[in-house]
Amino acid sequence: MPETDFSTLLPKIWNALLETLVMVTGAFIAAAVLGVLLGHVVYATRAGNLLQNATVFTVINAVVNIVRPVPFIIVAVALIPVTRIVMGSSIGPVAAIFPLALVASVAIARIAESNLVAVDPGVVEAGAAMGVRPWRVLFTIVIPEALGPLALGLTYIFVALVDATAVAGVIGGGGLGNLAMTYGYQRFDWVTMFIVIAVLIAIVQLAQFAGNRIARLVMHEGR
Amino acid sequence: MTTATATATAVPVRGAGVDAAPARATAQTTAIAFEDVSKTFAVDGREFDALKRVNLSVERGEIFGIVGYSGAGKSTLLRTVNGLDRPTSGRVVVDGHDVGSLNPRDLSRLRQRIGMIFQQFNLLQSRTVYQNVAYPLKHAGVPKGELLDRVEELLDFVGLADKALQYPNRLSGGQKQRVGIARALANRPDILISDEATSALDPQTTGEVLDLLQRVNREYGVTILLVTHEMDVVRRIADRVAVMQRGEIVEHGTVYDVFADPVHPTTRRFVSSVISHEAAESTLERIRRVHDGRLVRIHVGDRGSNDPFLSRIARTHRVDFNVVYGGVSELQSRLFGTLTVELLGADADVDAAVRELAGIVEVTDVAIREGASIA
Ligand SMILES: Nc1ncnc2c1ncn2[C@@H]1O[C@H](COP(=O)(O)OP(=O)(O)OP(=O)(O)O)[C@@H](O)[C@H]1O
Ligand SMILES: [Mg+2]
Repeated sequence: MPETDFSTLLPKIWNALLETLVMVTGAFIAAAVLGVLLGHVVYATRAGNLLQNATVFTVINAVVNIVRPVPFIIVAVALIPVTRIVMGSSIGPVAAIFPLALVASVAIARIAESNLVAVDPGVVEAGAAMGVRPWRVLFTIVIPEALGPLALGLTYIFVALVDATAVAGVIGGGGLGNLAMTYGYQRFDWVTMFIVIAVLIAIVQLAQFAGNRIARLVMHEGR
Repeated sequence: MTTATATATAVPVRGAGVDAAPARATAQTTAIAFEDVSKTFAVDGREFDALKRVNLSVERGEIFGIVGYSGAGKSTLLRTVNGLDRPTSGRVVVDGHDVGSLNPRDLSRLRQRIGMIFQQFNLLQSRTVYQNVAYPLKHAGVPKGELLDRVEELLDFVGLADKALQYPNRLSGGQKQRVGIARALANRPDILISDEATSALDPQTTGEVLDLLQRVNREYGVTILLVTHEMDVVRRIADRVAVMQRGEIVEHGTVYDVFADPVHPTTRRFVSSVISHEAAESTLERIRRVHDGRLVRIHVGDRGSNDPFLSRIARTHRVDFNVVYGGVSELQSRLFGTLTVELLGADADVDAAVRELAGIVEVTDVAIREGASIA
């Protein structure tokens, strides 16, 4: 078992941390925008809803259902040619944002949709009874009412993304996961691995804490 | 028999079939007219008639109650008023507008003039009490300065001025419903429709909310159409009532008339759930074990004089009497009741006494057993 050299290790961890943060935040922001949007489209086009549209609903719903169950590593590998076109390269943390964002968008779409569906239909009906037109009901009632659970759902995805970057790392994304794998798994450098794991736990804890706070804020001290 | 056919539109006579002709012109005094309204839902390919040719009109300024058991079609009928449900056939005319013929923009305008309150309150959880009440005003384009005053006035009216900045999850059920009422009144509607507004509340709170609705009716002149399965709600605040069963109105009239003389079995059951002036069969049996004289029911109402007719007639005909069951209630400032009285004496004297009683009040014999009757 090799001696751990902290003077070279710390910069390495710092570097990997930055790579992970780039992947997670980049993918998260892109996926949040795209996923929430998709979730709304699926919600609104569902039969009986505002923009009822069987074609749009079926297509998006099918895409979501196809991508979701496929393990991330397979999606990432399968997407390599597309990633190369879209991101200019298929290696490195920036390139990894693409498959990460795609997978996260699909998950967020599902979460956003279920949050919207879970909004009390009575409240939606109250809006209609007040003479509020459907579009306004969506933006002034349904979305604000869904915001609290949505914040929790997004937090969950953020944490899942930290998880997924470990896999992305293995296929060339770099980051903490990659570091833990190369040092811990391949070189049996347990110290490095434990430090990396501690950093990962810290990130997850922080994200969860922030997410809970935001959710509580928009839900008004918990229902 | 008391039959109320008080309106210009053809309404079914109490207790009779519902084969009335479709309505013609709607009088100016009519706030809501249901004209031959039917509603059929298709569930799993099978059709279900939730409303069957309902004819009814609600007059401006009155409180009209619709009672019925679960599934009778009350909510469906109510929701046709603001177009949340559309009749399969027939039409609903509100303030002279045929709801079904309005384009989306006009329907939206009409809805702003019809306040609605719900059993589950349906407040926006993500907004404060103030914002909930302000919401319909904002949507109607009320300028900000005016909006503030209006919300304040409304919250004062419902007694929740001190809760303006609270979120609904911090309020009690009664408070939530009062916010619901304030919100429903925000745009000064002519009509308020209420779907079981008190069904989720305890009796004390129910009373408070009903008092508030009565104030809404009296102070603002708002016509109220409410549906409920609690006859007590009708008794306390309604002017007129309709009883629904399986999509049909089986009886309707003024609250006094319907309570004093219910005709349809369903109506009788509803009335006896709150007022029971007549003994049930099992009670009568127990009474008869002790009282084997002739039992008659005397129906009393408001009386013009203080003639002590019961004791006077008894004395005249040398009979004795026992009051064995009964009660008198007040409804819409009028009294009505039934006393079950045992008359004791020689048969001829008792007969003569009953005859004289019948000249003053309505008297019916209490059957000895099912089917048997002493005439
Ligand atoms: N959207 C719908 N689709 C199918 N059937 C419906 C629908 N809405 C109502 N119904 C049916 O119509 C009937 C009348 O329903 P409605 O809600 O009007 O009854 P209600 O008198 O308000 O009952 P409750 O006291 O339980 O609220 C019920 O049998 C119900 O199942
Ligand atoms: Mg109902």
